[in-house]
Amino acid sequence: MDILIFILKIVIPPVLVLNFIPLMIWFERKGSAYIQERRGPNRAHILGIRLGGIIHNFADVIKLITKEDIIPANVNRLYFIGAPLIAIFVGIVTIAVVPLADSVQIGEKLVHIQVADLNVGILYVFAISSLGVYSVLLAGWSSNNKYSLLGGLRAASQMVSYELALGLTVVGLFMLAESASVSEIVRHQGPHVLHWNFVQQPLAFIIFWIAVFAETNRTPFDLPEGESEIVAGYHTEYSSMKFALFFMAEYAHMVVAAALITALFFGGWQVPFLTTLDLKTQAPFYLYVTVLTVSFIALFFGLLLLSQFKKGKYRDARDYEVLVFGIPLFLLALAGGGSAIFTGPWALPEWGRVLFAALVQATSFGIKMTFFAFFFIWIRWTLPRFRYDQVMNFGWKGMLPLALLNIVVTGVVLLWKGNHHG
Amino acid sequence: MGDPIFFYLFATIVIGGAIGVVFLSNPLSSALSLIFSLAGLAGLFVLLQAHFLAAIQVLVYAGAVMVLFIFVIMMLNLEDCKKHLKVSFASLIGFVIALNLAIVLVMHVSAPLFDDGVSDKTFGTIEGVGQLMLTRYLIPFEIVSLLLTIAIVGAVILAKKDNPKETT
Repeated sequence: MDILIFILKIVIPPVLVLNFIPLMIWFERKGSAYIQERRGPNRAHILGIRLGGIIHNFADVIKLITKEDIIPANVNRLYFIGAPLIAIFVGIVTIAVVPLADSVQIGEKLVHIQVADLNVGILYVFAISSLGVYSVLLAGWSSNNKYSLLGGLRAASQMVSYELALGLTVVGLFMLAESASVSEIVRHQGPHVLHWNFVQQPLAFIIFWIAVFAETNRTPFDLPEGESEIVAGYHTEYSSMKFALFFMAEYAHMVVAAALITALFFGGWQVPFLTTLDLKTQAPFYLYVTVLTVSFIALFFGLLLLSQFKKGKYRDARDYEVLVFGIPLFLLALAGGGSAIFTGPWALPEWGRVLFAALVQATSFGIKMTFFAFFFIWIRWTLPRFRYDQVMNFGWKGMLPLALLNIVVTGVVLLWKGNHHG
Repeated sequence: MGDPIFFYLFATIVIGGAIGVVFLSNPLSSALSLIFSLAGLAGLFVLLQAHFLAAIQVLVYAGAVMVLFIFVIMMLNLEDCKKHLKVSFASLIGFVIALNLAIVLVMHVSAPLFDDGVSDKTFGTIEGVGQLMLTRYLIPFEIVSLLLTIAIVGAVILAKKDNPKETT
């Protein structure tokens, strides 16, 4: 049992992050397409199944793996090859302290649904992610190319500057939760939405959000790879899978950043207005409601897809794609909804209730995380890039003083409240 | 706490990194081995239950200070420096002093090195460090903060251009 939990804890987080990457790329493609009033990827297909462009990712993977892997003549090979490895490593391991659901009691043991519940918690994330800058720096330096070097230098100055603001914002959260552990911060926020930290610490939330954009090198802070100025910045010389690793690392960073925003400011796995105890004791009722809702949504989309069917639209296998998804969805909706209506709220054993509560909480976490991950893409296709001096001025003269102010105000308020209630 | 194997592993990283700093000819490689050395030190802190110190060690030294070192090295685009191994009077004196220090350290520190030493569970946590810093070591802590502030102001003044009109 212990070994099983151990293996699951090792396997699930990386798999989760890595599987989110293709989804993010699909978001990016389709999102940018619809923001720019295009259709986005819709051609790549397997036997006519396109999944709205997700299949395009497979074409990408095949392209990137089979492409020639060029290592330019005058590069420092060790650092050139090492840099993308650092990037993806840092992107994945930071998820370790983020809890995906409330701790579960299995027999005698209390199992945390996270890899490690560290006392230093969020500091671990900052420590590891601060090492991420080396991948960009080394890539820029070892490429022996002035554009790459410029990209690396920009990345280094930008990430060091915004790390300060990022680190200072969470101090306010530590003061509220009286702990630096992420699971403790999540638990402290409770199920009530108005007690979540984005309400309690609005300034910290906004600064954290902006700083995270700078740390992940996303627009409007994507100066390290500003293509209109320095070709592609630090990864100009990279091709094939080495480029792909940088690409994946960028999305992995976004996924982790979204997970952190969710955990720190939006209650993590907390389901709005429902505590773990509520979910466990009322599990049959909520399961009933969930099955009915999901069936209804499946019925809606199933019928929508079926109504799209028109023979001879493409004159090949793609004609039947809507049926391949529409019919199972429709049948699933009928089966689920029918059994829920006729066999009614089911009695659940104890382990079933625990499992249900954990699954609902993980789903809640996943929904919030996906929204914030999508937000990165939304911003990228909406805002233009900052100028370099604007980035520096904004970081040092705007964000840093505000983050300090946030700590002072939080301290004063806590002291005042303590004097009046304690 | 922990296996002695981990101690030896991290100690090897620390010493190997430190040797690398001195003997590698490429300045960037030297700086990177210093990062390895600091990361190994963080590992040693973890073995001593000082998790907070370990996280801060990586965050501040490996993540921020060394980034600036490398930033400067990249900015100046330093060439490989040729090491000349010639024995001068100064290096001889340096060697003797270093040897002396090493002997003193080995004699006085080696005894409690393999002792567990730490019994209090709250020793290395954020709470423990915070308690110590704001009660017992409050005055040294404040003096150090003051010193750092002075250093920052001094750096800003030194970096400022002579003509105040140009800087605005």
